[in-house]
Amino acid sequence: MQVGLAHYLVVSTLLFCLGLYGVLTRRNAVAILMGVELMLNAANINLVAFNRYAAPAAVGGQIFALVVITLAACEAGVGLALVMAAYRGLETVHVDEINLMKW
Amino acid sequence: MGELAVFIILAMVTLIPAAVVVTSRHLVRAALSLVPTFLGVTGLYVLLHAEFVAGIQVLIYAGAITVLILFVIMLTEGGTGVRTRQITDQVPLGAMAAVWLAFVVLAVTLRTPWRTQPGAAPSYGVAAVGTAFLTDYVLVFEVTSLVLLVSLIGAIVIARRES
Amino acid sequence: MLSLAWLIPILPFGAFWAIVFWGRRLPGEGAYVAVGSLAVSALLSLGVLVQVLGGATAQAALGWAVGGDRVYQVGYRVDPLTAVMLVVVTVVGLLIFIYSIGYMHGDPRYPRFFAYLSLFAAAMLTLVLADDFLLLYVGWEGVGLCSYLLIGFWFERPAAARASLKAFVTTRVGDFFMFLGILLLFWQVGSLRFDAVLEAARTGRLAGPLLTLAAVLVFGGAVGKSAQVPLHVWLPDAMEGPTPVSALIHAATMVAAGVYLVARTFPLFAASPDQAALQVVAVVGGVTALMAATIGVVQDDIKRILAYSTISQLGYMMMGLGAGGYTAGVFHLVTHAFFKALLFLAAGSVIHAMHTNDIKQMGGLARFMPVTYWTMVIGSLALAGVPPLSGFWSKDEILLEAAHRAPVLYWLGAAGAFVTAFYVFRMLFYTFTGSLRAPGAHPHESPRVMTVPLVVLAVFAAGIGLVGAPWPGVGNLFHRFVHLEEAEAASFDLAVAARSTGLALAGILAAAVVYRWRWVSSAALRRVLAPLYAVLVHKYWWDELYAWAVVRPLLWGARQLRTFDLYVIDGIVNAVGVVFVGLSRLYRVFDLYVVDGVVNLLGWVTGLLGATLRYVQTGRAHNYLLAIALGVIVLALVGLVR
Repeated sequence: MQVGLAHYLVVSTLLFCLGLYGVLTRRNAVAILMGVELMLNAANINLVAFNRYAAPAAVGGQIFALVVITLAACEAGVGLALVMAAYRGLETVHVDEINLMKW
Repeated sequence: MGELAVFIILAMVTLIPAAVVVTSRHLVRAALSLVPTFLGVTGLYVLLHAEFVAGIQVLIYAGAITVLILFVIMLTEGGTGVRTRQITDQVPLGAMAAVWLAFVVLAVTLRTPWRTQPGAAPSYGVAAVGTAFLTDYVLVFEVTSLVLLVSLIGAIVIARRES
Repeated sequence: MLSLAWLIPILPFGAFWAIVFWGRRLPGEGAYVAVGSLAVSALLSLGVLVQVLGGATAQAALGWAVGGDRVYQVGYRVDPLTAVMLVVVTVVGLLIFIYSIGYMHGDPRYPRFFAYLSLFAAAMLTLVLADDFLLLYVGWEGVGLCSYLLIGFWFERPAAARASLKAFVTTRVGDFFMFLGILLLFWQVGSLRFDAVLEAARTGRLAGPLLTLAAVLVFGGAVGKSAQVPLHVWLPDAMEGPTPVSALIHAATMVAAGVYLVARTFPLFAASPDQAALQVVAVVGGVTALMAATIGVVQDDIKRILAYSTISQLGYMMMGLGAGGYTAGVFHLVTHAFFKALLFLAAGSVIHAMHTNDIKQMGGLARFMPVTYWTMVIGSLALAGVPPLSGFWSKDEILLEAAHRAPVLYWLGAAGAFVTAFYVFRMLFYTFTGSLRAPGAHPHESPRVMTVPLVVLAVFAAGIGLVGAPWPGVGNLFHRFVHLEEAEAASFDLAVAARSTGLALAGILAAAVVYRWRWVSSAALRRVLAPLYAVLVHKYWWDELYAWAVVRPLLWGARQLRTFDLYVIDGIVNAVGVVFVGLSRLYRVFDLYVVDGVVNLLGWVTGLLGATLRYVQTGRAHNYLLAIALGVIVLALVGLVR
């Protein structure tokens, strides 16, 4: 049996849902960021897989994967800076304790 | 046959540590579990003949971001203790959402008749990617670099200790 | 100089505005400005007169408005009549302005008085310079307005306020007729310019009864302004105004405007069939002359005597014009302006000293006020018509014309001349001879600023008549200057002159018999002539007639209208108001409970919803994330199912 596009998509789906589960259930902001990274990786797998199977002659999927990786780096940097700022200002990194937006 | 075996192994390497990442009560363990996940994904890239992306994946994800996350965990030790509750009160709902989403997407994925043939494997080289970046995708390239600069400055400003 | 004639009225007009705006801050509290501007006007007028004497005339017009294919022009003209009038108005006016500085001294509205006087001068000079009925009408109404303002200058006194109203309303009746006449002329001729109208009358384009009607209507304005019977009743009451006003407006200039108007439009009258219009003028003038003179005999108020005298003399002028004596009428206008202004100013001087108008309170003032006395004597002699003073020459000329053309009018005038001499010397004797009758009065001579104009005017009053005297060899100089082809003057007649001189002397003598030497007691005279006295003291019941025939019906009608207004119109208005108030009340209830209710309900529901839904906003980021995830699932499911 050949490895097809569907295989990659199944893996990326499972990875994405694991990431989503982490984002939704984790209390620690850093853990939530880890979940987000997983979701981004899932998306990247999709991009590269589609590039390989749907349009093998082009490099657009890889280009976008690279851009996503770059932006993920940015997101991680800024997000973790926010966590630091929140920890310093509010003495906590738990999102259920950060409720300044409440009514 | 061999390719499928490699794929399955790589998928396991990716998914099992990912489950650890999202479920482990120990935050440092969760962070360290990211490394095999990222490396698994790297393997998948290689399998897809995207060597340059794989290299970048190792450099940035497995290297830089994991280290960054570990640093932050260390700096915010107040919330990282093993005794501390690490999950919110919406675990059942979150699990349900994840399962449902997986179900929906899998249902769509499996019902779609995908082209299973990868076609002739092209020679994806660093040169091709670089050429594309500086010709067709130059605007994306530039904007991305600008975003990098801005996020660099932003991160410094946000994390800076008030005098 | 002639091209600058338009400056003559502009200067006093500028003075008026200057005094209105700056008032007491001007030199002499505005008086010097008024006097100065009029002095310049007087100099200009004299220059104009000199040039006109040399034979020059001028006319200038300006397009004022365009209606259809017609251009309405306003302009000025300078001819002998205008030049004479300009000099009379400015010179007499200047002297009276100067006199006013002393007379009005200390009045709380001193600057305003000079503002009004300047405005009057401007309007009067406009009237005189006008080359068309339109501009003349502007000046005409302007002098009427100033007359009203100045009669009511001391409006705190009810009598003055009433008198100003009476003057305004009465002259308005005449003005209305004049306006109709002007409209009629415009309708017929299509132009308002004197030249065009008079040319139409001369050539016969305008003729017949319509011409007579137009002339008589225009004369109606003159009757009102010049206080001729039957619209004379306002002038005696107008004496409530300050004495300089009486002298300037109600003796020398404004009331002469009517005479000027008739003189200016004389060809119109002369061209009417059978000279009907001229006869109307002559009869009105003759009746006025005698009637007013006889009323003057029984008056005790020094200014009212002079007022009736003015009416009488204006009647003479009208009679002269009506008898065809164009030159005679205008000449009497000129001489009268000087000697009557003199008499009024002298009377003002007396009033200034005595603080009363009643000649029976005075007496023996000749000792205290020699300058006033002698100037007044000159004025009285001139008025009585004693040669060689000015009044003699002009009045004699009028009587001469009347004697030639209408003997009845001549006898009316002759009788009037006798009465004139009688009343004026009655006044003189009461005022200046005998002993002072008012206890506690301290008469004194007036300041120089008042006596100097008196003396100057006295010189004029004495000498001005000589320009109209029939000099051997050259003849009547004034006639050579101001004359019309239509009105050929009668030649000097020694018999008529002697007779009128005799009548004047007889009148003076009679007055002296009764009031100086008291050979005949005036009380006995009153008893003997009781019916006549009653008629005179009630002024021929003119006021009563108007009260009964005009004022009462008008008031009655007004009262009926008021009742109608009060009950019917106000009733309707109030009913509408009440209905709408009721409707508004109803609407208010609707507004309060229905409209406001809906609005409040909306607000309440919104508030309730917000209060309920705000609990959805937990403020926890992971709740929101969960909602997003569930939303994505729902959207995907919807996409699948569809």
